[in-house]
Amino acid sequence: MAAPKKGRRSSGSQGYPGRALAAILLAMVALTGGMFLSGHTTPRLGIDLAGGTSITLTAKSNQPNAINKTNMNTAVDIINRRVNGLGVSEAEVQTQGSNNIIVNIPKGTNSKQAEEQVGTTAQLYFRPVLAMAANTSASASASPSASASGSASPSASASPSAKSTSSASAAPSASSTKQGRAVTDGLKAASATASASASATPPASPSPSASATASTGTLDTSIPNDLATKFTALDCSNAKERANLNLNAKPTDKIVACSQDGTEKYILGVSAVDGKNVSKASSGYDTQQGNGWIVTLSFDGTGSKDFSKITSQLSQQTDPNNRFAITLDNEVVSAPSVTTTLSGSAEIYGSFTQTSAEDLSNVLSYGSLPLTFDKSDVTTVSPAVGGEQLHGGLIAGAVGLALVVLYLLAYYRGLSFVAVLSLVVSAALTYTIMALLGPAIGFALNLPAVCGAIVAIGITADSFIVFFERIRDELREGRSLQPAVARGWPRARRTILVSDFVSFLSAAVLFVVSVSKVQGFAFTLGLTTLLDVAVVFLFTKPLMTILARRKFYASGHPWSGLDPRALGVQPPLRRVRRPAARSEVKEA
Amino acid sequence: MSRLGNLGHRLHRGEVAYDFVGKRRLWYGVSILITLVAVIGLVVNGLKLSIEFSGGAVFTTPKSSLSVSEVQNKIAGDTGSSTAVVQKLGTGSLRIQISDVGTAEAAQIQSKIATDLGLKSQDINEQVVGPSWGQEISNKAIEGLVIFMILVTIYLAIAFEWRKAVAAVIALIHDLTITVGVYAIVGFEVSPGTVIGLLTVLGYSLYDTVVVFDGLKETTKDITKQNRFTYSELANRSLNQTLVRSINTTVVALLPVAALLFVGGGLLGAGMLNDIALSLFVGLAAGAYSSIFIATPLVADLKERDPEIKALKKRVLAKRAADARKAETATDEPQDADQADDDEEAEGAHPAAAGAVSGQRNQPASRSRSKNRPSGKRR
Repeated sequence: MAAPKKGRRSSGSQGYPGRALAAILLAMVALTGGMFLSGHTTPRLGIDLAGGTSITLTAKSNQPNAINKTNMNTAVDIINRRVNGLGVSEAEVQTQGSNNIIVNIPKGTNSKQAEEQVGTTAQLYFRPVLAMAANTSASASASPSASASGSASPSASASPSAKSTSSASAAPSASSTKQGRAVTDGLKAASATASASASATPPASPSPSASATASTGTLDTSIPNDLATKFTALDCSNAKERANLNLNAKPTDKIVACSQDGTEKYILGVSAVDGKNVSKASSGYDTQQGNGWIVTLSFDGTGSKDFSKITSQLSQQTDPNNRFAITLDNEVVSAPSVTTTLSGSAEIYGSFTQTSAEDLSNVLSYGSLPLTFDKSDVTTVSPAVGGEQLHGGLIAGAVGLALVVLYLLAYYRGLSFVAVLSLVVSAALTYTIMALLGPAIGFALNLPAVCGAIVAIGITADSFIVFFERIRDELREGRSLQPAVARGWPRARRTILVSDFVSFLSAAVLFVVSVSKVQGFAFTLGLTTLLDVAVVFLFTKPLMTILARRKFYASGHPWSGLDPRALGVQPPLRRVRRPAARSEVKEA
Repeated sequence: MSRLGNLGHRLHRGEVAYDFVGKRRLWYGVSILITLVAVIGLVVNGLKLSIEFSGGAVFTTPKSSLSVSEVQNKIAGDTGSSTAVVQKLGTGSLRIQISDVGTAEAAQIQSKIATDLGLKSQDINEQVVGPSWGQEISNKAIEGLVIFMILVTIYLAIAFEWRKAVAAVIALIHDLTITVGVYAIVGFEVSPGTVIGLLTVLGYSLYDTVVVFDGLKETTKDITKQNRFTYSELANRSLNQTLVRSINTTVVALLPVAALLFVGGGLLGAGMLNDIALSLFVGLAAGAYSSIFIATPLVADLKERDPEIKALKKRVLAKRAADARKAETATDEPQDADQADDDEEAEGAHPAAAGAVSGQRNQPASRSRSKNRPSGKRR
């Protein structure tokens, strides 16, 4: 027979099918190995499959260019802070498209509360510090804070540094109420140095008169008794307590607050500057004065006025009353002290690292963020239903795959072995890549993504059909199998590339312009289209080349799917004509 | 199956052929009719938009033995001014839709429903959608559609030629119209899932069209260097040759979608899977139809206006007339068409072609058979 000769020739012109096979098998092993090494053996599941709450926020603004990448990223940072600050595990916040933010809160942990938090607008205020103390748990509050009061460190309790003259009333082992009064006394004394009118206020009374006097120009540093009590009892390390602390606080209320890391607690005065009046905030490295990382902020007109007023008052105070606290959602982000009167712009410096400086400037920028957010879509899925949907998706995938395999088996018989193996390789690659993409880029498999993967079964199988039909066409021309594979491939390749490109284009466009769940779908579709090309080039084609040398396929066994008779080629004629044909092929 | 294989072979040979291009006016008519029906359906019925487009809340309860009317009675007082639509899903769970409620109200309604139905609040799935959300999704979809159309037209114009690009895009619009029309007429609910499906149809419908066009491009590669066949005839032949391939790719693409539809509709009841699968199914079927019956005939129509192709048609017709006058026996048989192929090895001989050999020998010397081989290879 002519086959062997041709075989050598064609294998020479087709490269080394073994190498391509080895390459893709190696890739599979590497991916699988990576999957097990990283410990992520299953794809991360989206909210709709794992259960939880997913919230889509749409940014709105009355300024034309306000919805931009920087502002959106700042908003994401802030929302992330708020949601994860509640002790919700692994809530994720990300932008999607140009003007949407997706917040995914997994099942369990106070998701309801987180959902409420996401909805409300974050509020940034500058409040004068009335008192501050290192956080202690409520039961043990008295002694540690008292001992801290002896030191001059800024994180220590308010009383000693606030006044050097008056009674060091922060007696060790004081009861909690006593401790509270001690602080109040101390502050009163402190305010006495600044303003006589304030000092006249009895410490026990909330005293509207005090605030009234304060508003006339001097700082109101009086602390209502109930706040003092609350302050002492406050345990900032308790996330729940913190979350409920200032739920209904207004900017015109005095509040007790915790620092964001929960290590310090504060009593804060009424809001002096609204965060909305911050016009710009940035972080940078101060090379001129050697202050290290600094945060620069500037205010608009109203803000400058308010800020210069508060700083002129604060600069006359002593620590900690010369501090103002930057509060975001009534949590203290930073509490720098003020030494001089500042107006339009200010620098904050201290022991910043690059990260903490950037964080602070982000928070400050949020005040000037001209964005509001609408909840566009809130979906809560119970774990049970999520499981059910995953189950349904998997069944659909299995049924779809089975139907395709059966059809291929019935129509292509032996050839379907190649197709099914290729599908398996494609499925294995898709699965491992999805599993690895979870930790790598935060890819989460949601229902539309599952749907996309199932639809992709058809697209992948279509490439094999294009290739097989090409081979059959060549067989019908009277070629034997190996040259048929060799000649059919370049043409099938072009068709596959062109059509896969169109497919990929649609997935890419869908991914770029779409929102929400559509993206998951587009992503899987694009990924599987790329994998389809890889599998056809590196697996199906080489495998076909190798199998074409096997007698079962080469001789056109009735079950090989390549039987010339079944394809309608008349064998006797072919046999008669072949010798002449062969010499021509060689020239070609 | 071997009979289908045989059919494939006979289609390939041109022994069996359906004159898609010749009867194009019939199929244009059919398509125009379908499109008209779709448009009328859309105007008269309109699309039934899901809650995602109007804004509102959807609650899904776990499996429940309560009937729809029982639930309706129980929750009647909970929803305030808006009415609740209660559906029983295939899984036995209940779906309660309430339009025009905000996020805050929805939470209250959820807890009320939970107490009324004796369920725990966290067992109820909730989806609350703002009123502008659906609009945003549709706007994005239209934006994507337009961008995709432009990109794909450019790409196809480069990969093939502008005529094919135009034909492909017309076929695509045709698919979309049919799909939307089916939704309007049957009254399926349009959800964001439907939109996803519809957008995917774009890529997929083109996949089919591209496969057909690729065959067409190959068949008509050296068309001006012969004068035996007109463009339309070759287009039709190529269409018939790739018919089996088109049918197979369509069937294989539809099978998983059918599985999705079956599982999505049967096991899970209404939901995302079902919505995507349904629009995909309708769109894919329309796409297969349009790539065969609309796209290629359109290309042929456009091509026949090209001066070069016009001249070819004239030559072919003139030659046929001359042949008919010269010899009563030598009629051009369409199944002899293989020889017009640039394939140098048409020697997988088919007896049917023998009668036309004389025609072959009459070819002008300029006709480029590949690789310097004498054209009379058939000895």
